[in-house]
Amino acid sequence: MSRTTTAVDAPLPDSWEELVTTALLGTDRRTPAGSAPGPDAPSALLDAAAVATVRRRAGLRPAPAAERPRPAPEDPRPPLPSAAARRLTMLLADRPGAAGGGRRGAAPDLIELLPQWLAAANARGFAAPPAALPALLDAARGRTDLRPAALRFAGPRALWLARFNPDWRFALRSTPGGGTSVPRLHDTEGIRRFWQEGLFAERVALLTALRSRKPATARELLAESWATERAEDRLMFLDSLRTGLGPDDEPFLEQALADRSRNVRATAAELLSALPGSALAERMAVRAGSCVAVDHTRDTPTIAVEAPHECDAGMERDGVVARAPAGRGERSWWLGQLVEAAPLGSWSRRLGGRTPREIVALPVADDWQGELHAAWCRAAVRQRDAAWSRALLGEPSAPEAGGPGAVSLAERAKLLGTLGAAERAEWVAGFIETHGLSEAFQLLGVCAVPWAAPVGRAVVDALDIARDAGSYPWSFSGVMGLAERCLDPSEAGRLDALLAIPDEPENASPGAGGYWSEAFQRLVTTLHLRATILTELTPPTP
Amino acid sequence: MTQQGVRWTADQVLALAPDPASRTAGSRLGAAGPWSGTGSSGEGTVWGLCEGGGSTPYRTVVDIADASGPACHCSCPSRKFPCKHALGLLLLWSGGDGAVPRGEAPEWAEQWIAGRRTRTEEKRTAGTSGSSGSAGPEAARRRAERRAERVTAGAVELEQRLADLLRGGLAAAEQSGYGLWEETAARMVDAQAPGLAARVRELGALAGTGPDRPVRLLEECALLHLLGRGWLRRERLPEGLAATVRSRVGLPASADGPAIRDRWLVLAQYDTADSRLTTRRIWLYGTDSGRTALLLSYGAAGRAPELSLPVGPALDAELSAYPGAGQPRMALGERFAPPTPTDVRPPGTTTARAVARYGEALRDDPWLDSVPVTLDRVIPAPDGDGWQLADADEDAALPLTPAARSRPGLWRLVALSGGAPVRVFGECGHQGFTPLAVWPEGPGEAVPLC
Repeated sequence: MSRTTTAVDAPLPDSWEELVTTALLGTDRRTPAGSAPGPDAPSALLDAAAVATVRRRAGLRPAPAAERPRPAPEDPRPPLPSAAARRLTMLLADRPGAAGGGRRGAAPDLIELLPQWLAAANARGFAAPPAALPALLDAARGRTDLRPAALRFAGPRALWLARFNPDWRFALRSTPGGGTSVPRLHDTEGIRRFWQEGLFAERVALLTALRSRKPATARELLAESWATERAEDRLMFLDSLRTGLGPDDEPFLEQALADRSRNVRATAAELLSALPGSALAERMAVRAGSCVAVDHTRDTPTIAVEAPHECDAGMERDGVVARAPAGRGERSWWLGQLVEAAPLGSWSRRLGGRTPREIVALPVADDWQGELHAAWCRAAVRQRDAAWSRALLGEPSAPEAGGPGAVSLAERAKLLGTLGAAERAEWVAGFIETHGLSEAFQLLGVCAVPWAAPVGRAVVDALDIARDAGSYPWSFSGVMGLAERCLDPSEAGRLDALLAIPDEPENASPGAGGYWSEAFQRLVTTLHLRATILTELTPPTP
Repeated sequence: MTQQGVRWTADQVLALAPDPASRTAGSRLGAAGPWSGTGSSGEGTVWGLCEGGGSTPYRTVVDIADASGPACHCSCPSRKFPCKHALGLLLLWSGGDGAVPRGEAPEWAEQWIAGRRTRTEEKRTAGTSGSSGSAGPEAARRRAERRAERVTAGAVELEQRLADLLRGGLAAAEQSGYGLWEETAARMVDAQAPGLAARVRELGALAGTGPDRPVRLLEECALLHLLGRGWLRRERLPEGLAATVRSRVGLPASADGPAIRDRWLVLAQYDTADSRLTTRRIWLYGTDSGRTALLLSYGAAGRAPELSLPVGPALDAELSAYPGAGQPRMALGERFAPPTPTDVRPPGTTTARAVARYGEALRDDPWLDSVPVTLDRVIPAPDGDGWQLADADEDAALPLTPAARSRPGLWRLVALSGGAPVRVFGECGHQGFTPLAVWPEGPGEAVPLC
């Protein structure tokens, strides 16, 4: 029986138990109450049981109510327009992998558009339809990259809902304030208590949230309990200081340089070296400077490198790892670390007042160029130095930009990250115009979405060229996928000419034309769909 | 049928999908990309060409205004019904962003629609004139008598088997396992009593589950015994109850009740499947008559039954009841218009009245597992491992059935309620309550939970 309670007026409950027992044992072994033993006993038992069953069912009463959940908090945001709500249902119904691998056909990948849909809905401040919350939470559960946007859109009711389903616990963990009692940021006493009593993940969330608003308060909070934290916790906490890093953090970080844990020391040193004015940066500048000089004795000024001969205790204290990885020379390993941690601003003084561009252009003696430039790249990324990034990136059309030069594609992508969006787009567009798409995937990944016009144009032109060259479109499926998600929807018009199946050139791969037409069709469809999505989310003003 | 059909929502379209894979495949095709030459007529026909794998595009046409249900035709080789192209086309149309303009149907679509309408017309006229045909009433009566004799033999054998079972005890019978029930079920199929066979098979599935198994086993054995006895003494039962027994045993019946025309609100549609058959249940509520009706349709295993109605809107149609006292099953007759939106909601009741209604219904049909009920002002609340629907204003609640607890619809219900009272339609019975549709507090159509 369920918890629906049985009849109140029945004289039967005892005899029902009796009936069940008799049925289990069998009438041969136990005669049912009120009937004679013999061949009719089973039938009599079933008669009585039938009456009792119908009686029990007819006499059902509701159970007492359990404690009702407290109501979900109000969501003050305006509701989604109905077309947008329908679109959301469709995007959420498209589960990845359901259609199996293989050729992608001409229809768009709906689930790939969900991140953009969420970003647009969040930007406009709409509330999620309650009926869609379970599917949203499931989607966010499966894809961590979706979580922040999905949870923000899902809003307070989703967090209320997530408390009831263990599958959705992640929502309570990953939303600051999603737990029951993360204090507000101006509640000093509450913060202190939470910091002392919270779980590790909650404390990280608190520190991160606090750091983004009040960096000093966060640091002071951490300094207070620093000595009693476990080593791996110290590492995570220290890492959260990356946000809002400033000169004020130096004394605390200097102190962390003497930490018991090697990883904590290394992180502290890394953070300090990102502060160009810090004492550590100054020490590193002196060390690195003593290894690199301009040699004027040659015909053209050349950089001469004299890598350090030892890794002394001072260097180790400042985060230099003494032991080189297998297969690397110790001295070049040390040099790389020194140059990486030295402030880039110090090189101009050291190398004859030259600009970053002039310094990068100088020849380097004895095959040190690779090591030196790679270290400068890491320094430029760490110190977010646009001038040095620009110099190290060079001209996008330069022949070595496409090949395995001193600076790898991954490093270039990171360097591009230090530049403004427009400059980034120009550089990537220039790169694609010269070198085509085969190496461009990583670089496209750092461009702002939707792509600025030059990038979009360069990608479309390059795809057109690739098609005319007769290869198959799936050699470019990575870039195609990116283009579907990132190309500005207004570019769709420029693509119409590419939809037709072209006459196959003689040297083309068989059938490639049809596949290209299909791929372009998917691209155009996806762009139209993205435009529609934005329209649906922008209700006509009444 | 001349009225322009209301656009369906994406949910309603997706509810037509025969399985999750088709749902996904259909959603992918619900964008303008692969489509060309799409259009819709004012009479509820949608058509289009879909780029597929081959050299010529597939021709897809859907008729949603047809009196005999949404029908579709596609030149693709898929054996699913509706195929992904039909679903995609309907999604595109439901999106309403101008991707499917109004227009004149092309010849290939027009031909199919005309052909189909003629066939339905023929079928209808054939249906009214043809039933008295063939061998005449005398032969039919003899056939029915012969079948009744076989069922009687089956019922006697079943009684015997149940008596043997109880003599040895249920505990001993459980050791003989599933085979015992399968064999008995096969004997009932031979006896042309499919209703008895199905109950026996369910008993077999019951053995081996749950802590209250002995109780459930005895209950179902007793009800089976009651049905067998009911059949053997059917001459002495009141006519209504006798009809119920005949239909429970599994004799065919025809919906010969008077036609009731109403605007029928579609409350719920859901499928259950076993290895042989997919059964679709559609609950309707007559917005004028206040009657609740059940439509049943069947499909071969793995295929969706052809009848499909979108949950939410109401359709103007005639229904006629099947015989049997107090049972809600009806048959769909003529439809006068495609479904249109409505803001009528069935009136709700309390949990106490809901179980009382189930109790009363048992008087007419003691084999009834549940009755359709709309609960008003109930709050879904967690209760140990399960959930219940608690009255907002009284200390009373109905537990959800174990099956309802594991469905994704539960979470939609909880999300929509947000701890506030909602109106819920569902099935209320001895196992608890199975929610099937919920209405939000504010305006809005029913949200399906199944």
